[in-house]
Amino acid sequence: MEMFTTLFSIALGAILVNNFIFAQFLGICPFMGVSKKVDTAMGMGVAVIFVMGVASVFTWLVNEFLLVPFHLEFMQTIAFILVIAALVQFIEMFLQKSVPALYSALGIYLPLITTNCAVLGVALLNIQNGYNFIESLVYGVTGGIGFLVAIVLFASVRERLEFSDCPKSFEGFPIALITAGLLALCFMGFSGLKVVW
Amino acid sequence: MNVKKQLKEGLVTQNPVLVQLLGMCSTMAITTVLFNGLGMGLSVLAILTCSNIVISLLRKVIPNKIRIACYIVVIATFVTIVDLMMQAYLPSLAENLGVFIPLIVVNCIILGRAEAFASKQSVGASALDGIFQGLGYTWVLLVLCVVREFLGNGTFGGGIISADGIRIIPEGFPALGLALPVGGFLVLGVLIAVTQWAMNRPKKTDTEEVSK
Repeated sequence: MEMFTTLFSIALGAILVNNFIFAQFLGICPFMGVSKKVDTAMGMGVAVIFVMGVASVFTWLVNEFLLVPFHLEFMQTIAFILVIAALVQFIEMFLQKSVPALYSALGIYLPLITTNCAVLGVALLNIQNGYNFIESLVYGVTGGIGFLVAIVLFASVRERLEFSDCPKSFEGFPIALITAGLLALCFMGFSGLKVVW
Repeated sequence: MNVKKQLKEGLVTQNPVLVQLLGMCSTMAITTVLFNGLGMGLSVLAILTCSNIVISLLRKVIPNKIRIACYIVVIATFVTIVDLMMQAYLPSLAENLGVFIPLIVVNCIILGRAEAFASKQSVGASALDGIFQGLGYTWVLLVLCVVREFLGNGTFGGGIISADGIRIIPEGFPALGLALPVGGFLVLGVLIAVTQWAMNRPKKTDTEEVSK
């Protein structure tokens, strides 16, 4: 029961309270770049959930069984980014070969994810927070879900923004940033949410 | 080599944050007090310059197909050096910037300049490009820091002049929201809007020169 509570509070934190986009500023580039349409935002979100989950697992294993036993913790950044890059490449090849339907849906987003700071961020935060294997997995997946929620909400607002009238200097990127700011303000309402058993 | 043109591009017309819209995460996340902005800006400047030089030196050796992976290894090496140096000599800054120092690896500015500039140009030009683009990034960070610190905390120069900075607005009055994540989005949005306005203004001086 204890474990379930911990996992639940990690999940709640990653999705709402400490949302990767709105509270921690991780993964803003794809968030701004791929949010013009709800469909594409959905595709990107699902791809991110997948990669963040898998990456959390592999970077945790690499850290625990390679870096720590050999006292190479200072190599974390380099090792993690290589693991993530290789992993994304591998997932891409695997999907292309065996699940072509999923590949055609996610394919174009996968290469972009290597340079998504949310993925490297979740790997580093797992270690920093001292999470164990299961906790890392949960944090990775729910962090991805938080990203999906944020990007889909944002994309649906942005679709309407296209038809609205706004000052010329604010057209495009600036108004999108302001919108994201207001969404971040809404998400602040979740702060202080805690699991009490 | 066109030093003047590169300087202008880095600082204004091709500014990495305001015009190319790269490296948003760190820009918004850490610009709450002046000290953080300065530290982050200079770290990126150093890493960008070093990685540009090395990538430019290796541009004929690196095979085209695996170039991105090679760039990432070069960048990650310099980021690790800066990360460890900062932890040793400036532990308070390292603590403030936290996970965003290792995350410079995936900062699109550095990979973007490696791909767009250093992999095609000579070593000297790439080094200058690194310095100027880094300066362009730094000044935007400093502006954001000053605005957010002034409006959000009512102080100036936090961490540099004194631990909490000089208090300008009395306590209780500043809009705390601007120091929180919300403020990052809003202030950067307004700053980019101002840039777009300034750039799209009809240029009087240019047309006058032409008519002469």
